[in-house]
Amino acid sequence: MLNIKDLHVKLEEEDKVILKGVDLDVPAGAVHAIMGPNGSGKSTLSYVLSGRDGYEVTAGAATLDGADLLVLDPEERASAGLFLAFQYPVEIPGVGNMTFLRTALNAQKKARGEDEVSAGDFLKLIREKAKSLKIDADMLKRPVNVGFSGGEKKRNEILQMAMLEPKMCILDETDSGLDVDAMRLVSEGVNALRDAGRSFLVITHYQRLLDHIKPDVVHIMANGRIVKTGGPELALEVENNGYADILEEVA
Amino acid sequence: MGLPADKSDATADRLAALTMPDGASWARIAREAASTRFQAMGLPGRRDEYWRFTQPDTLNAIQPPEAALYPPEDPPAFSALDRLSVVFRDGIFDPEASDDLALEGLEIERLSTATQADFHWAKDLYGVLETRGQDPVERPFAALNTAFATDGVVLRATKKILKPIHFRYLHEKTDSDAILHFVVRVEEGAELTLLEGGPAAARFNKCMEIDVADRGSFHHIRAQGRDHERRAVTHLFARLGEESTFKSFTLTANGRLTRNEAVIELTGDNATAHIAGAAVGDGDFHHDDTVFVTHDAVNCESRQVFKKVLKNGAVGAFQGKILVKEGAQKTDGYQISQSLLLDEDAQFLAKPELEIYADDVICSHGSTTGAIDEEALFYLRSRGVSASEAQDLLVLAFLAEAIEEIESEEIADDILTRLESWLVRHRG
Repeated sequence: MLNIKDLHVKLEEEDKVILKGVDLDVPAGAVHAIMGPNGSGKSTLSYVLSGRDGYEVTAGAATLDGADLLVLDPEERASAGLFLAFQYPVEIPGVGNMTFLRTALNAQKKARGEDEVSAGDFLKLIREKAKSLKIDADMLKRPVNVGFSGGEKKRNEILQMAMLEPKMCILDETDSGLDVDAMRLVSEGVNALRDAGRSFLVITHYQRLLDHIKPDVVHIMANGRIVKTGGPELALEVENNGYADILEEVA
Repeated sequence: MGLPADKSDATADRLAALTMPDGASWARIAREAASTRFQAMGLPGRRDEYWRFTQPDTLNAIQPPEAALYPPEDPPAFSALDRLSVVFRDGIFDPEASDDLALEGLEIERLSTATQADFHWAKDLYGVLETRGQDPVERPFAALNTAFATDGVVLRATKKILKPIHFRYLHEKTDSDAILHFVVRVEEGAELTLLEGGPAAARFNKCMEIDVADRGSFHHIRAQGRDHERRAVTHLFARLGEESTFKSFTLTANGRLTRNEAVIELTGDNATAHIAGAAVGDGDFHHDDTVFVTHDAVNCESRQVFKKVLKNGAVGAFQGKILVKEGAQKTDGYQISQSLLLDEDAQFLAKPELEIYADDVICSHGSTTGAIDEEALFYLRSRGVSASEAQDLLVLAFLAEAIEEIESEEIADDILTRLESWLVRHRG
């Protein structure tokens, strides 16, 4: 599904190299986790994949189902099936949550040559999905993420994911700022979307989230590279011993 | 103290080119007085305090610069509403194109007819509110208008008027110079919605005097045409009685030069005045909102909400004042002026002012200039919304606070549709 080869990335504005040859292969239906210390390049990887400005790819490739992601605009990547759940979802005053989601959904459908969703069908769909994430009607009507608590923002990300039904979901520290209950809710939302045709890349600092969203593969990222790959037990090792041992081992 | 010679000469030349219409003695007196006021003030110049942001040359000139003709907006603003239309072609009333001017509770007459009558209710208002609005800031074009307006309408609402009255201004001559004057009286407890739409002329000077009696309610929504080359100077002079409501919203979508002045006086306790504007400009566009709200009664509320979206060299200006007079306690005054600059060539100039002589009031004002929020833009795009559509969404979100001032949902939707199609036409 997602294939990253020897990806090198630097900041556009300064001579700072962040990713120094990332290789990653997430097959269809798989859940991969990336863990790593602060500054290892995890969030940069998610931004580069989703097409945020400010980064320059100096070498390497990233494809989604064989299509070159790096030449696409962010909206084209979204229509191709890529979704990034933001670490810090953006507040957009004046744009209603529902208007936003309907515009996004129909824009993607249009880009893929599919029929747009009618207002009635959309309403039915969003109510159903919102309910399971305990998002009430008031939250749907409010401007995007404005006045939402940390937990509400993350739930809103998962709602968007559920509505847009992407093939490849990247979760960037979705557990940050969540209490235990919110974490369970968000994880349930993600698990409900697990499907043979859908892959996940879960970026996190803590093993805790991986108790709820069980990964098939865990990668350790450090200094702009993936330095170790293993099963779920790798996450437990990090939780118990920190990164120091692993980093020493691969150094 | 006389005017500087150059200013005095230009003013005299302009006067010489104008003809004062005939009328009954009260009208003649009002016009003569206005002409005298105008001569004393003279045409404005860049050195005048309230003309620093806006070049008045094309408004001062004897002949207006030519303005190319464009097909009228299709469908025209407000055309889906059940309304009473009053049509002006280049500033001349067209009875054939207008609806039958009869509506329960409404007295409506052409200005030329009203000013022929020896006795008329409009006598107490014509030029009267304009004169009140000349102090402390001079508004020479309004005085010129009172003296020389060639057409217009006087109307009086004596109860709740069920249909909006719609002044539709068609522009059909490249060199037309229209001067229209309106007098509106909303009687005690009456309600009136007034709509204005269209570019009007190559040059348009419009003055509207609005007297809202106690518990009266006046709603005003205008769409000043779109994508044309008109130069306009307009004035609203409003006087508000006890527990009365005044709400005015203006949409401006291009036009070479637009100077919209509003002078609102809250004279009765517990009155409310909201004035809002959304202006979108692309290219050769200069838009100036000059607003003066005076609180002269207890427990009144005023709101000024002005938003401008500018690009490709478009210029926006805002001069807004809240004056709270001695004794106008419990005043709640609010003013916000904001611009969204879509590129580095656009410009926004703002002069917010507060002057307060009462001690128990809440007054706030703010003015900002900003660009599109790149974070929000990326967030929208990451969900599949195209860059241009995402930008339009953010522009409309920026304008929302002004549009929310329109009470009628149907009218707000009409305005929103116009904005959306303008944004689509002016992408890139």
